[in-house]
Amino acid sequence: MSHHTFRHRGVIKVRCLFESGGFCHSYFTLLCPIILCTMTKLLEWVFGVSLIGIAWGLVTFDLLDLQLPPQYKDVAWPMPIYLLVVFGCYSLATVGYRVATFNDCEDAAKELQAQIKEAKGELKKKGLKM
Amino acid sequence: MQHFRCLYDVEDANMASRRGNTKTHLQSDKYSVLLPTYNERENLPLIVWLLVKYFGESGYNYEIIVIDDGSPDGTLQIAEQLQKIYGSDKIILRPRAQKLGLGTAYIHGVKHATGNFVIIMDADLSHHPKFIPQFIEKQKEGGYDLVSGTRYSGDGGVYGWDLRRKLISRGANFVTQVLLRPGASDLTGSFRLYKKEVLEKLVERCVSKGYVFQMEMIVRARQLDCTIGEVPISFVDRVYGESKLGGNEIVSFLKGLLTLFATT
Repeated sequence: MSHHTFRHRGVIKVRCLFESGGFCHSYFTLLCPIILCTMTKLLEWVFGVSLIGIAWGLVTFDLLDLQLPPQYKDVAWPMPIYLLVVFGCYSLATVGYRVATFNDCEDAAKELQAQIKEAKGELKKKGLKM
Repeated sequence: MQHFRCLYDVEDANMASRRGNTKTHLQSDKYSVLLPTYNERENLPLIVWLLVKYFGESGYNYEIIVIDDGSPDGTLQIAEQLQKIYGSDKIILRPRAQKLGLGTAYIHGVKHATGNFVIIMDADLSHHPKFIPQFIEKQKEGGYDLVSGTRYSGDGGVYGWDLRRKLISRGANFVTQVLLRPGASDLTGSFRLYKKEVLEKLVERCVSKGYVFQMEMIVRARQLDCTIGEVPISFVDRVYGESKLGGNEIVSFLKGLLTLFATT
């Protein structure tokens, strides 16, 4: 399984949850490689987003009737928007930083121009007709 | 379960090659450079000269396979002259009658490649052969299945791009990294070194064209659990001829990205 760990970290965590509860251990160890191999990136995203959505719904609407303190609900309900804003800021900052620090290879261009001259001279000597 | 079979196929082939080559390891590695060309009569002699120079200096065994897709500008005639100058063991011509696309050019080229490694690069001088010895060292260092040149990390970079082009490139790369998590920093670059059998397996599975083709190669590589090494490269945008990035390219890139997102 080691080579799947990087690619499907999220899914493996979920599997561990089931296993630690003693839930059909052998069934999951058998099935997981197949699920992991066939899961597309789209499905991984759908899976991840629905997990977060379920957790959010459980706390915000108290679906399990856990009678959580009201502070929990106050923190939970704006969470999706908060996460979106954070992700948006992170994306903008990352792309902005990477554009600003994108190397301009002036030297490489100069080196190439010099080599083109050299190459043309040498190829002519060798009898190349352009 | 195709996934596992592939991994083992590649490993078997490695074992076989290792067993066969224990005595003459350095000598036995041969690098086939695939150069797909279309209207590159200006650039082809220069890129070939540079390839000969750097392969000559580093002493690796090599061949250059020119796959010309019926260029009307006489690229093939130039290639024939180059073959006379450098020898038909170094310059191999595998022309095709018409423009048939990059993927099939690689399939066509690989069929005639006698090396155990294949290097693919653009013939328009945006990829400099000086990096090839670094690719080879990197490959040997980690035994990688493929080594990809990257403009986006380390000393890598570009020349001749304005702010708009940089922004689109960085933005597209970021979105792709988030959606596909491919395990490589430069997905649309096409300066790479492959183990021959790995390239054959990847090309066989790829369906897309253009920019997306290069991206799909990396994504498929991840699917097959190939190991990927990276070498920072400087990308000097084409000296002769036009380089384009218009609305059409962007739309087809997005389409390709979403297709890969949904299917891999």
